[in-house]
Amino acid sequence: MEHTSHRAVRRSNKSGGFWRELSRKKGLISLAVPGLLFVTVFYYLPMFGLVLAFKDLNFTKGIWGSDWVGFNNFKFFFTSDAALQVTRNTIVLNLIFIALTNIVSIALALLLYELSRRAVKVYQTTLFFPYFLSWVTVSYVTYALLNPELGVINHILNRLGWESINWYFESKYWPSILSLAFLWKNVGYSTLIFYTGLLGIDKSYYEAAAIDGASKFQQIRNISLPLVTPLIILIVLLQVGRIFYSDFGLFYFLPADSGALYSTTDVIDTYVFRALRVSGDIGMATAAGLYQSIVGFVLVVTVNFIVRKVNKENAIF
Amino acid sequence: MISQRKNQLSHWLIHAWFIVFSLFCIIPFLYIISISFSTESDLAKYGYQLIPKTFTTFAYEYMIGSPKALINGYLVSITVTVLGTILSLAVTSMLAYVLSRKDFRGSNSLSFYVFFTMLFSGGLVPWYILIKKYLHIDDSLFALILPYVIMPWHVLLMKGFLSDVPLALIESAKIDGAGEWRIFYKIILPIAKPALATLALFIAFVYWNDWYLALLYIDNQDLTPLQYMLYRIMNNIQYLSTSLQTGNISIDISKMPNETARMAIAVLAAGPILLVFPFFQKHFIKGLTVGAIKG
Repeated sequence: MEHTSHRAVRRSNKSGGFWRELSRKKGLISLAVPGLLFVTVFYYLPMFGLVLAFKDLNFTKGIWGSDWVGFNNFKFFFTSDAALQVTRNTIVLNLIFIALTNIVSIALALLLYELSRRAVKVYQTTLFFPYFLSWVTVSYVTYALLNPELGVINHILNRLGWESINWYFESKYWPSILSLAFLWKNVGYSTLIFYTGLLGIDKSYYEAAAIDGASKFQQIRNISLPLVTPLIILIVLLQVGRIFYSDFGLFYFLPADSGALYSTTDVIDTYVFRALRVSGDIGMATAAGLYQSIVGFVLVVTVNFIVRKVNKENAIF
Repeated sequence: MISQRKNQLSHWLIHAWFIVFSLFCIIPFLYIISISFSTESDLAKYGYQLIPKTFTTFAYEYMIGSPKALINGYLVSITVTVLGTILSLAVTSMLAYVLSRKDFRGSNSLSFYVFFTMLFSGGLVPWYILIKKYLHIDDSLFALILPYVIMPWHVLLMKGFLSDVPLALIESAKIDGAGEWRIFYKIILPIAKPALATLALFIAFVYWNDWYLALLYIDNQDLTPLQYMLYRIMNNIQYLSTSLQTGNISIDISKMPNETARMAIAVLAAGPILLVFPFFQKHFIKGLTVGAIKG
């Protein structure tokens, strides 16, 4: 009762209603203050720093006092070979990751669905296990496999009568190595999501199909796959929206920052990191980062737009 | 009859496939464990083996014998994880609770303010300069904790959990004269316990496995968390001997088990999470699936 009358008052006086709402809810708002403070400091304040992309930073003059250089930092970045290389690597590797991981996990989820709950639990635990390792730890694993003298892979190659490969200097193998590592770490998580999607399908569809004599394969093709397709589309679109960003640890630790491998392993995130920490070219690093943020933003908004068109409920915003 | 036998066969095929895939997931890490229990001379002679030729705990004894760096690494990691999780859990759940309150008109614009950061960010460089040149918290525990206190993804997850709390519960507490903070602590937190446990696990996982903040902001060796120590050791084998030498006990570097000790540290750094994870897997999965579907 009291509620409706408040609403009526609020409608009649919109701006006054806003402040009244604020003061009426100040107890509640005070709960949000610490969180909002962290969001403002660690997420919004850095956005002002993006002006650095148009400046030649000089710490004695400070960010605001430094000289404006227009689009020079962007020119410098885009005319270097690096821009094309890191953009290509970022997009191509992410596309491979998306395709590989989703196909394998959908297949695994469909197979898991055929097994008893107890078996599922066991396999889920083992598949999930690498997800809990950090990329640093994973880099130890790849090191143990790829070490040129002692490594497991070269040991096997030698046994089979092949020459050892100097993995950390041969860039052509790295798209596959990175993809396998990505699959290894993420397959458990990804499978789990699709498996959960399958569990949501009404069992009676399968029962009816079985009575009609449909084989397991037909059931998968005509029931399981069509019914998880919305979930698959949603997940793929979300991943495509993030295609300009990459998992920094994967690309920084696994190739051990080996310069010989940059042609296939250097992505925007590692490039920006090195421009900042190694060459200290802050203006250009900011420009490259801004390029990533803007294209990334456009991609997410576009993808969301498409999702909205397909299924409004699945839209992110 | 025949179809049943065919069914049996396909079941065994599926099991076989999963066993192979499980091995694919586990064997690489088993190598790390095996190397850490091998002798250096065996490694030099035979390369890395899945089962040690001679089983020895020398690498571990060695590390425990000159433990300063290792204990220090554990201490930093544990401190950061515990303090970070408590702080982040409190701040995140308070914020998420406000955003989840349907009777609060500002919740939509506040949600937009928080979640917009998932779509657009200033990127690495401004963030780095802010923390280093303006907040001046680099080379301190603050740099390892504060930047991760609020992660929009965690807020979103918690908001999803808390929006299931019936508004009537809150309204009736209000009629009884309880203030918002009191309602939050006396009513919301107790009923959100399972959600809080899941969220705490996510946060602790982020802090424990993090090396990024240390890579960016930590130069002081005494503030090196385990994961970053692991990276430094991989990057520069000398780092292991110098960091071990800073202990009080003088050690003979020529006897230092380089390869095996590295791997022993990797096992020790990954260990706690791997030991804990089977027990919490259920919570973790719950959070992941809720997050994936609601997010």
